[in-house]
Amino acid sequence: MAEETLEKRRGFLVGSIAAMMGTISAALGLPALGYLLVPGREKKKSDWIEAADLSKLMVNQPEQIIFNRVRRDGWKVVTEKAAAWVVKTGESQVVAFSPVCTHLGCAVSWNSGDKTFACPCHTSSFSPDGKVVAGPAPRPLDRFDVRVDGIKVLLGDVKKSAEG
Amino acid sequence: MINSVLDWVEDRTGAVSGVKHFLYEDIPASSGWHQVLGSVAMFCFLVQIVTGILLALNYAPTPPDAHASLRFILTELTSGRLIRGLHHWGASMMIVVVGMHLLQTFLWGAYKKPREATWMLGVILLLLTLGFGLTGYLLPWDNRAYWGTVVTTQITAKAPIAGPYILRLMGSEDGNIGVQTFARFYGAHVLLLPPLMMLLVGLHVFLVRKHGVAPAPVETEPKKKFFPGQVFKDTVAIFIMFSILFALATMVRVPLGKIADPTDTTYIPRPEWYFLFLFQLLKFFEGPLEIIGSMVLPGVAVGLLFATPFIDRGAAIKLRQRTFAIGIVLFAAIGWGSLTTAAMRSTPHKEPYQSFTAEEVAAVGSFRQGQCWQCHGVTPGDMKAGPNLADIAVHEERDALVAHFQKNAGNRGLKDLQFRQLATFMRKLDDESVVAIASTPINVVSGAQMYMKNNCGVCHSINSAGGKSGPPLNGVAKRRDRTWLEGHFGDPQKFSPGSMMPAYKFERADMDSMLAYMETLKD
Repeated sequence: MAEETLEKRRGFLVGSIAAMMGTISAALGLPALGYLLVPGREKKKSDWIEAADLSKLMVNQPEQIIFNRVRRDGWKVVTEKAAAWVVKTGESQVVAFSPVCTHLGCAVSWNSGDKTFACPCHTSSFSPDGKVVAGPAPRPLDRFDVRVDGIKVLLGDVKKSAEG
Repeated sequence: MINSVLDWVEDRTGAVSGVKHFLYEDIPASSGWHQVLGSVAMFCFLVQIVTGILLALNYAPTPPDAHASLRFILTELTSGRLIRGLHHWGASMMIVVVGMHLLQTFLWGAYKKPREATWMLGVILLLLTLGFGLTGYLLPWDNRAYWGTVVTTQITAKAPIAGPYILRLMGSEDGNIGVQTFARFYGAHVLLLPPLMMLLVGLHVFLVRKHGVAPAPVETEPKKKFFPGQVFKDTVAIFIMFSILFALATMVRVPLGKIADPTDTTYIPRPEWYFLFLFQLLKFFEGPLEIIGSMVLPGVAVGLLFATPFIDRGAAIKLRQRTFAIGIVLFAAIGWGSLTTAAMRSTPHKEPYQSFTAEEVAAVGSFRQGQCWQCHGVTPGDMKAGPNLADIAVHEERDALVAHFQKNAGNRGLKDLQFRQLATFMRKLDDESVVAIASTPINVVSGAQMYMKNNCGVCHSINSAGGKSGPPLNGVAKRRDRTWLEGHFGDPQKFSPGSMMPAYKFERADMDSMLAYMETLKD
């Protein structure tokens, strides 16, 4: 009998220790997970940047444009150089590709010989409309949001292209 | 399955019997609630390690980015405030718990032979804990951090002979604080002190185990096991401590002040509460005697603490018979308490708006007149349709803000100029100034609006903003009384002959708010 109460008391003590330690771990662990995994509060949206002059672009002739963009990088506001491959596709229609290969992130450049964007790393190549022609790249080149205002070509955020 | 895994672990590492050996240690039958504090102190340290690492993962340890990155943690990240709150209050909590642990050991006489070394290690651990507090204080890099540390380095600089070398060690050339001092403090806080602390805590625990938990003077009952009875008591104490800490971290906000400004002469530096008694002590010793307060007395106190087991070599006796020890504790408590209270009393209280320019105080008025509070809370936890300004940083460009104001508050009688001033104010919003939106008295705000409307700032300045042809108005409340001010507004030349200030005939209500505003300009 005495043995049984002793056993019960022991069970209660061990159970309480586990419950209290569990509560503390959750109270520390869950906020820690949120802190590390949930993206920051601020919505990242870039301003439109005047990147090119429509009248100087030739139809279907990709042009590399280097421009400065202001970006919030964590707690810093950085001004950095960014690049885009801009292709005039019609009288006032322009598409702009991110120069980042969708395979592993090397910079693609325009090969005027066979009219493709070629990646120097794993020989992926993309057609002038961004589609994958050859190589391991899993999806077409990403595109910038583009707005044409008179003769000004404005670039916005880069939108990830769909698989395929 | 579980058993076979455990058997494997036991066979290959001996970890299972190691843990068992630790848990089933024999402790005196008299052990109980009075001996939980060591475990609680260790747990406090663990919380500091966890929250400290989390903070470091989003912290740029160099000025001025240190301030910006902490602000990022507080305003952009999920649970950032909570984790910073836990680390801040955890530091205070640890000082309290370590202090209580020391007090308990002292009162019960647990430092006596053969536990002298355990006690002395404990004193070193107390000093390390204070070292953590001292070095961590600088890391937010706001005015509080900066000026508090300036005082510390200046005190150490005055040490005889060693002064300049200690200062050099702290990365400071002539008492000034810059990136180098910051790097030294950060390095000590995260690289030097933590492993040292872990090592010494390990040694401390080892010695406790070596000599066993201190028994009562007379033990009649047979020994008992550490687990689960005492572990349960330790855990309850840890749980209570953690609950208080968590409540503090969620309910008492630790403000991040304005970024450290070495030219801000109006800032009144104060150390953290546990160093206030030392700060106050210094006021009693002037000139060449200062060293008594800054070095000699603290040095003697630490020395006595170290030597306690050798001064008191008597046999262990019951707590109730230890009248001399109780007397010392009471004396120390009264001394510490009165010094700390005196220091707190002498700390001048400054409302956030008192360091504002007139334009900024008037912007608070625009916020209220525009009824921005209908959508935006300004106190923590005040949920409204729009973002709570106490929780965010305002990143929007000024023009975007003005457009936002015009759209949502365009019909509330505010002019474009006021919107632009409000936008400027909002972009600088921080933990200190957000308090001002809720707390600045109505007549002070109206006074500042009158001040702006009458362009007083063309000639006068408040908190370094404004013209220079008239006298600066900071301190006008000390220089002049209300009657003088009121008379002077009506007829300046009568009160200060030769003054070029035109007369202002205010309505009664306007005069009252103007005077109310002037009376807040104390220094």
